[in-house]
Amino acid sequence: MVIAKTVEGEIGILPRHAPVLGVLVEGGVLRVKREGEDDLVAAVHGGFISVADNEVSVLAEVAELGSEVDVAAARDALARAQASIEANQEDADAAIQAKRARARLRAAGEEV
Amino acid sequence: MGAQLRLLRRRINSVKSTAKITRAQELIASSRIVRAQQRMQAALPYEREITRAVTGVVSNTVSVDHPLTVAKENPARAGVLIVTSDSGFCGGFNANVLREAEALRGLLEGRGLDVTPFVTGRKGVTWHTFRGRDMGGQWTGFSRKPAYADAKEIADTLIGSFKDENGIDEIHIVSTEFVSMLTQNVVVKRILPLEIEETEATDTSTIPPYFEFEPNADEVLESLLPRYVESRIFTALLQSAASEEAARRRAMKSATDNANELIRVLTQDMNQARQAEITQEISEIVGGANALADAAAGKE
Repeated sequence: MVIAKTVEGEIGILPRHAPVLGVLVEGGVLRVKREGEDDLVAAVHGGFISVADNEVSVLAEVAELGSEVDVAAARDALARAQASIEANQEDADAAIQAKRARARLRAAGEEV
Repeated sequence: MGAQLRLLRRRINSVKSTAKITRAQELIASSRIVRAQQRMQAALPYEREITRAVTGVVSNTVSVDHPLTVAKENPARAGVLIVTSDSGFCGGFNANVLREAEALRGLLEGRGLDVTPFVTGRKGVTWHTFRGRDMGGQWTGFSRKPAYADAKEIADTLIGSFKDENGIDEIHIVSTEFVSMLTQNVVVKRILPLEIEETEATDTSTIPPYFEFEPNADEVLESLLPRYVESRIFTALLQSAASEEAARRRAMKSATDNANELIRVLTQDMNQARQAEITQEISEIVGGANALADAAAGKE
């Protein structure tokens, strides 16, 4: 089962799902539940999910596997982004940075 | 030592050091091709999937009238993205691309379009500035190792100009396609507006399935198309990078071969000159000795 977050909300895809093409949100967490194995978790920033012929493909602009996230660096990035949001409420860049950092931390299994 | 001999020896030394340099360049280029090819391979799945997704959307929605897919009725301006290299020493690589770009320019102007070049690579930029041609955009510094961010920057400029009312109405791309180590072809492609082919569905395996869209087809297309253009440009940059190294390897190989051949000819000339000098010295000595002997014989 694949769980992803599209702009419409969370979507869970089971085997034999109908073909779908969805736009993913910025800073979402993608989870692949596997039988007999641990979940595969990834932070996915923007992009698409396409389901066709019983095959799920995720096309992301930037993505990172949860196991590969540098937690300290992500926390650092989050702190920096939050500081610049506090300094300037309309800082769109910082808002995206914060979202991305949160997604990375969540993918790594950290509490945010 | 005779003057000619010294001259030849000096030339051989200089050709030898040139051959060393070109040989080193050849080896560097060979090792870089492999890495460039790997990067090309790594980008393939993404491009394939995104092409499939675009095909899926376009062939499943009845009314496709997104600005990026519809050709304007009276196109007035065309943008041509020309992909060249930053450094030289790569044979006819850049000349081939620029020649093809000029041909395309002629073709488009024949259709009554104004052509705006967008150039990547220092060689192409210099070529255009030297001729005083205005460029819609220029990017340098990444021809050997293009990053996705570079492609994104180029795509943003092109799409921005494409969406602009007074901007370009068509986007073409002239780049080099990497076929194999030995074959690279210059290709010209139109990337925008997309060419929609009305085809009859014949082969069931290639028909994109009917998609549901989240949130809806228009919005999916809106965010999918720029990614598609980026991916196409990125692929062109990667292919061009691999082709550049392959062209460089070939150019450097023939330069090394030519230098070695030159060294062989010069060495022969040098040996001939040395032999001639020795022969001359011997005949001078013999002549001198004979003259002395004759003089001595005359006294007696």
